[in-house]
Amino acid sequence: MGAFHSRPDENDIRHLAEKTGFSVEQVEILHRRFKQLSRDEDTLQREHLYGIPDLECNPIRTQIVAAFFDKRNFDKDSPQGTVQEIGFEQFLTVMSHFRPLKLRMTEEQREQLRLEKLQFLFNMYDLDNDGKISLEEYRHVVYELLSQNPQIGNESAAIADAAMLEAATICMGQMEPDQVYEGITFQDFLKMWTGIDIETKMHVRFLKMDNTTLCK
Amino acid sequence: MQCKKLKERVSLLVVVLLLCSSTKAENKINATTDTGGGGGAPPSGYKIVTFNWQHVMNPYIISVWIMVASIAKMVFHMSSKLTTIIPESALLIFLGLLLGGVVWAADHVASYTMKPTLFFFYLLPQIVLDAGYFMPNRLFFGNLGAILTYAVIGTVWNAAAVGLSLYGVYLTGLMGDLNVDGMLDFLLFGSLLAAVDPVAVIAVFEEVHVNDVLFIIVFGESLLNDGVTVVLYNVFDSFIAIGGVNVTGVDCVKGVVSFFVVALGGTLIGIIFAFLLSYISRFTKRVQIIEPGFVFIISYLAYLTAEMLSLSSILAITFTGVCCQKYVRANLSEGSATTVRYMMKLLASGSETIIFMMLGISAVDVSIWEWNTAFILLTLLFIAVYRVIGVVTLTWILNRYRVVPLGFIDQVVMSYGGLRGAVAYGLVALLDENRVKEKKLFFSTTVIVIYFTVVLQGCTTKSLVTWLKVKRSEHRDPLISEKLHGRAFDHILSAIEDISGQIGHHYIRDKWENFDKKYISKLLMRKSALKSKDQILDVFHNLNIKDAITYIAEGERRGSLAFIKTPSALQLVNVNFNSNKQSEDEAPTSSVLREDASAICLDMQAVELRRKSLRDCEDVYTHHLLQQYLYKPKKQQKYNYSRHEVTSNEDDAQEKEIFEKTMKRRLASFKSTKHGVSQSKKLAKHYKKDPSQKKRSDEMLSNGGQLVFHDPEFSDPEDPCEFDVISNGGSNFISNVARQALADTCNGIDNLVFIPEEETVTRQALPPWATNNDTVALSQRAQVQMPWSPNNFRRLMPLRLSSRSTDSFLLADIPVPEEHPLSFLPEGTAL
Repeated sequence: MGAFHSRPDENDIRHLAEKTGFSVEQVEILHRRFKQLSRDEDTLQREHLYGIPDLECNPIRTQIVAAFFDKRNFDKDSPQGTVQEIGFEQFLTVMSHFRPLKLRMTEEQREQLRLEKLQFLFNMYDLDNDGKISLEEYRHVVYELLSQNPQIGNESAAIADAAMLEAATICMGQMEPDQVYEGITFQDFLKMWTGIDIETKMHVRFLKMDNTTLCK
Repeated sequence: MQCKKLKERVSLLVVVLLLCSSTKAENKINATTDTGGGGGAPPSGYKIVTFNWQHVMNPYIISVWIMVASIAKMVFHMSSKLTTIIPESALLIFLGLLLGGVVWAADHVASYTMKPTLFFFYLLPQIVLDAGYFMPNRLFFGNLGAILTYAVIGTVWNAAAVGLSLYGVYLTGLMGDLNVDGMLDFLLFGSLLAAVDPVAVIAVFEEVHVNDVLFIIVFGESLLNDGVTVVLYNVFDSFIAIGGVNVTGVDCVKGVVSFFVVALGGTLIGIIFAFLLSYISRFTKRVQIIEPGFVFIISYLAYLTAEMLSLSSILAITFTGVCCQKYVRANLSEGSATTVRYMMKLLASGSETIIFMMLGISAVDVSIWEWNTAFILLTLLFIAVYRVIGVVTLTWILNRYRVVPLGFIDQVVMSYGGLRGAVAYGLVALLDENRVKEKKLFFSTTVIVIYFTVVLQGCTTKSLVTWLKVKRSEHRDPLISEKLHGRAFDHILSAIEDISGQIGHHYIRDKWENFDKKYISKLLMRKSALKSKDQILDVFHNLNIKDAITYIAEGERRGSLAFIKTPSALQLVNVNFNSNKQSEDEAPTSSVLREDASAICLDMQAVELRRKSLRDCEDVYTHHLLQQYLYKPKKQQKYNYSRHEVTSNEDDAQEKEIFEKTMKRRLASFKSTKHGVSQSKKLAKHYKKDPSQKKRSDEMLSNGGQLVFHDPEFSDPEDPCEFDVISNGGSNFISNVARQALADTCNGIDNLVFIPEEETVTRQALPPWATNNDTVALSQRAQVQMPWSPNNFRRLMPLRLSSRSTDSFLLADIPVPEEHPLSFLPEGTAL
């Protein structure tokens, strides 16, 4: 793994900044955070992320943490399977999905970014990596999503079904009676998100200021 | 069309004119009689009818004005073209001008003008409350930074720049000789004109539908800048009172401090009252009738309290609405929540109407006008120019920090949306003429500015928005998957912030939501509300209800509810529910889904019956249905009056009974499916010998008869396509059958199947609806044409699909699943 030593040198940082689109300061800050999370190790493990106290009440933290260790999100060469630990570069690549838009961007770049962001989301739902969100997978996520409210816990399957039917109607239109909707493919996923400018929503403000000390 | 409209308008005016003049005349007559006869002359005797105009004058005039305004609004909306070209606010101002002219012509005194107290105490609060109560909170707090920047810095900038520029021009002598003390008068004028007006902004932008972010920024600015305006106005007003030369540095510092006190104080008052309101609404379960009243009265109290403490009352009532909405909506019963919603809209749009009309009427008064071309034109120019400069500068600063920058087009719309309105009018009318010598000039200029912005900018905003291709907001039904993704999104983003160690927007929102869930909601929400309160569930529930309603409504429109039972309505999108390998309990559901064969109910007769006395038949059926299932409440005669209760429990009981009856019928019809044709034969027996009903029952029965006849041929559950083919009438075979059927009915013999039965018929002269038989024949029309495309009818399905569903229909169907796996599909065909 392209792991860093405790002090990354200038070149590496610049290289990473170019690759991920972060600024040099942001990379440095994120590196510090990375170190803090991994307890000064070069690699990060799931336990480290689960240990973040703020994350504890997040109902879908399993999915989110899993996304960090999912090869699809950082490894372009062999986008399959999961890994046990990630280095800083991978960490940064996953983070870069949440980069805000730049002020000046061409339409193509925007579209590209949109696709990347949606792919990331899609991967989060598509647990078994077969390119389809099956009903089972959907139900699973919905169940976790709604697990905080015991009242709807019971309804979550029905809600997932409803959402699935909705997806089927949006994507397939009028279906033949014997047609069967297998699951949401990425194309369908894109269709469902048309009209919602995800690129303006799916972003986190990465500050230039270092406030890692404030976070536990 | 136009001519007619004009005529209407004219006649309306004539009515108003008559009314006004007559009231005036009566007024004078009464006055003279009062002075003449009031002294001593005792009444000559008992009068049966007396004319007491003085007695009712004030409320009467108010009511008449409200009525006139409402009728005017109604008339405007009769032509949809008119309101799309000219915004309603502008139309109302024109109408006001006209009416003002009429009143003026009648007795040369502007008797009806909008007094500031009227405006600030009785017209403004509900508009602002409405804005706050329906504020999209998330959007509002998400853009709070931008909104505050525009509201505070932008307004101060506008006030200062306009005031100082006018003063500068005044010094050059371009405006001639004005009777002013100095700079302060101009600054005061600038400050009262600085604020963008919420009423005008809502009126214009609501019709335009720009995108959410743009709307919330313009709208939020117009609401929040009130604090600034009030402070600036008060500060300059009191500075003028103590005299320009006596103002010290300390006073200026006090002014700045008072800004924070007024704005934050107003907000605080709002939050406190919101808390109070939410807390009270927790305990109003037993007084549901007055429940909605609390919302209005407590919000109004917040407004008055802030006014009393000379804090920003608009901010107070805005924040009452913003903060209480979540809890109040959860606590109130559905009926009360609807009442609040409608009441709020009624009050707000009512007073908006009155405000704009009054703005027109008030202007028709020669005594208040003073014309100064240079001053007025320059004010208009400065207002427009400085608004643009302010917006562009502030946006430039903001864009350095905003994640989603505001584009050029947004800035144009924001600059253009700087409408001035009734708040400026109210403030200028409040000026003390002894202190501000040029009040008349200020007043006229303000009125012109208002007219200019509301009428001219209001009219052109829409075309500007279209021309610039501003991103519009889409109004569409909330999709459940959208809500789910949105929820997931929030969690993902806050998790990413947690992991990356940023304290950002999502982090704060997440923490606030947790805090709210742990403490505030527990304190302010009813226990029951706390449990069921979840937006996703809400959406799910609402969608289900909506689907059910449209479904039923569609059925009623087509003439019968019976189609619900026909199978093809239940052909639906086949989601592969089998992919779920682990859980076996899902298997029945999926098998139900997959075998959605539709093929049983096919009514050949219906195809051609359509051309015949179909209407006639249906009337009978409708009548029958109503008789049997929607019977009258037993105690209908009893006059039931209660001030504390609107719902009667009888309804529940009756509904339950109807429900049970329906269920019984449905179950019974299952068995009949199993046992084959016996039921329809029985039906035939009943009807055969009733001469008056003969023709009708023949036709009705021919349904059943045909069904029996053709059932074996068509009821192939493996072939779902059959129904479609047949209903299209595409195949030769079918048309043959139809012809045959037609021949049969023409002969007066329904069906061969029935003929042998005729001898054994017992003479029962019962009308069809009086028989004990529970089955209801399908409406022909419903059979011929399926009223609702199955794929549109998608959200109701999941309820039925889910094995855990609490849907009563499904539960009722459960007892016989092994007899008929398609529990909800074909029972309706079993006639």
